[in-house]
Amino acid sequence: MSVSNEATGWSCSACGGELEIMKVGFTYMKGNFEVELPACRNCGMVLVSEELATGKMADAERILEDK
Amino acid sequence: MEQDTLREWEYKCIQEEPPECTAACPIHVDARLFVKEMGRGDREAAFKVLARTMPFPGILARICDHPCELKCKRLELDESLAIGLLERSCVELTTGKVRVQLLPRREQRIAVLGGALAGLTAAWDLLKKGFGVTLFEQSSQLGGSLRELPNALLPEEIINEELAILETLKGDIRLGETLDEARFEEICREFDSVFIDREAIAGCNLPLQLDDRGDVFIDAASGATSREGVYAGGGSRDSGTWSPINETLQGRKGSLSIERFIQKANMEAGRGNDGPYQTRLFTNLNGIASTPRVQPANRSAGFSYDEAQAEAERCIQCECLECVKSCLFLERYQAYPKKYARQVFNNQKVILGAAHTKNQFVNSCSNCGLCETVCPTNFHMGDLCLQARRAMNEQKLMPASFHEFALQDMSHSNGEPFSMVHHEPGREKSAWLYFPSCQLCASSPGEVLSSYGYLRERLNGGVGIMLGCCGAPAYWGGRDDLFRESLATVRSEWQKLGSPRVITACSTCKSLFMEHLPVMEIVSLWKIIEEQGLPQEAGEAEGATVVVADPCSSRHDPETQEDVRRIVQSLGMTIEEIPLSGDKPECCGYGGLMFNANPKLARDVVTRRVATGSGHDYLAYCAMCRDHLAAGGARVSHLIELLFPTIAGGDPAARGWISWSERRTNRTRVKQALLREFGESGEDEMNSYRQVSLIVSQEVRRRIDERRILEDDIRRVIDHAERTGKRLLNSQNGQYRASLQSENVTFWVDYTPEEGRFTVHNSYCHRMKIVGVKS
Repeated sequence: MSVSNEATGWSCSACGGELEIMKVGFTYMKGNFEVELPACRNCGMVLVSEELATGKMADAERILEDK
Repeated sequence: MEQDTLREWEYKCIQEEPPECTAACPIHVDARLFVKEMGRGDREAAFKVLARTMPFPGILARICDHPCELKCKRLELDESLAIGLLERSCVELTTGKVRVQLLPRREQRIAVLGGALAGLTAAWDLLKKGFGVTLFEQSSQLGGSLRELPNALLPEEIINEELAILETLKGDIRLGETLDEARFEEICREFDSVFIDREAIAGCNLPLQLDDRGDVFIDAASGATSREGVYAGGGSRDSGTWSPINETLQGRKGSLSIERFIQKANMEAGRGNDGPYQTRLFTNLNGIASTPRVQPANRSAGFSYDEAQAEAERCIQCECLECVKSCLFLERYQAYPKKYARQVFNNQKVILGAAHTKNQFVNSCSNCGLCETVCPTNFHMGDLCLQARRAMNEQKLMPASFHEFALQDMSHSNGEPFSMVHHEPGREKSAWLYFPSCQLCASSPGEVLSSYGYLRERLNGGVGIMLGCCGAPAYWGGRDDLFRESLATVRSEWQKLGSPRVITACSTCKSLFMEHLPVMEIVSLWKIIEEQGLPQEAGEAEGATVVVADPCSSRHDPETQEDVRRIVQSLGMTIEEIPLSGDKPECCGYGGLMFNANPKLARDVVTRRVATGSGHDYLAYCAMCRDHLAAGGARVSHLIELLFPTIAGGDPAARGWISWSERRTNRTRVKQALLREFGESGEDEMNSYRQVSLIVSQEVRRRIDERRILEDDIRRVIDHAERTGKRLLNSQNGQYRASLQSENVTFWVDYTPEEGRFTVHNSYCHRMKIVGVKS
């Protein structure tokens, strides 16, 4: 999973901070993953792009569901 | 599923049964594959197919009396494939040489008495099995009656060349042997077992029991003689019915019996298909054009290369695949039920690894039952998949994504927003109970309310109403717990009303209730209308032609199908019947929750149906058929829209697609309208998120609906973001992006606040849960 250009230009509305690339943990169907994604260091808010959600994440979900 | 159940399923599918030609062949040459290779012009490959089964293919392919041709399916169309001529052409035109795969050497030594075709076959087979073989022949050369055939048919040098293979295989050939009683006894003592070719021992007076004709008596199944360890066969020539392929069979049977005798194995087990037998394979000949057999220009020379190829191309390559031909789901996974049964079994038994990758497959079947109808042996893929789904649920291995959306929709129908049970206003008894179905209320709320008015007007004794779901989503999803719970509620509420007769407007509800609540008396809305007469407001559609789209759940309900047709005709319409109707309707993609577990397949199913339509409007009487066909771009209306039009003179077939959000709103609207009529509170309870007002373009509505995102899901995200301030801001376009995890799904929304309302630019979701940021 990679960070697309769609991530640029976003800031955290709660604290006004810029998003930084951080390690974000995900879990699904007993699998655990770590992905580098833009996130707010202060508030912990993560940015998942549409491209990621409907692309690589959806593919990974499908594979895990068939296992 | 256990092994024996798997075997039963596997046996039921006949796709792997041999074609007629192979079953009719005494030694079961794979004639279908042989002809296929010939049709491709690959003679070497075709020769290998023959050599796999035939001993001395250079001989047998030239002289075989081809009983296969008498059973060829093409005989039912025109003329059988010229398999015999093709075999001959193959060995005449190829340079293929037999390459025998020898099994490991065995210490036992077998004597073969007589070198005619049966004895030669036995020797060939036993050498291949690794035995030491000594062939005793009285005359000065091997071949017996093969030597008497015309040289043009079977040249002398071919016989010599082919029989030389026995020496290559290290067979010990003894010519000019005297075979009398004394020598026979010697041989019996010296060898572990003996095969006698009856053609080649005439006049030997061996000490064995004889049959009526004076031949050595043999057991027809095994070739056993009256002496233990001595087997015999062949010699049919004297009876005037000499058949090379039957002589070959006799030798083959004898060699198999000898092997079993040596191994002390059961002589009879698994030999039911030795020799010709009746195959169970079904091959549909519909649509296959008649093509006469290719005649060789030079009759005595047989087929030329091109003639052989042209003749081979006439082969229809017999197979069944009746179900696969009519079901996109079965076609999509590129196999057939016998293989699928094995895959489903492995999926269930093997928890991890490559064999366990059929979860989505198991959950993609629509359970429509079309396969069972078209299958010559009634294989029902839906039953197989349903038991697998139940097992997945029991083992807690069912991924939530496959059915969650549908089960939540069911929960909506059986919950506060929709569910209700009531006597007819002003009455305390119900002779009838209208169960209009959750999906019809979701699709045609106004028409459902009008139809309820009609029923109260026409029927005596009070018509109560029950809003809710019949439990089909739980049933299809293999959630027996939820299904039983839902049925129990329906049953107890129905009993509280005094067990009235139930009127269903949906074929799925009807069929499920009839099967699982047989205590209820069920009648379809269409039966009532057919008997009571058309409602006054029914639209006139004089002259229009429609295709009646029978729902898959009406497959075993011809009565309802006929009632519907009579109503359609009384509306002045002409019906165009399509092949996939009556007992063969195809599912719209909703059944079995295919739409949830495999949305792409469900879309393709509808797209294919719409693309192969005749151009006339569809008329559905299942709400999901209407909605799915409409989403696929077809002009389609529901019968209830014609009977109880909400807009006089309107065009319901142009109504088009509706979203899942609208469906829920419509259901609630039916309940609210009834409650108001009954004089009870018709106000919907308002959660804070319900007050979030959305502006959504048609394009975004369609996109989010395909992603199974409800407008309420979006309202919750925005409500949460606005209350907590947890949202991201895009400095380039000023849009906010916020997310909220709701049960198993995380929803994301891009939006802009506008004067108290929210314009939704996009929404998407994923099931992976965000655990959090790692520092």
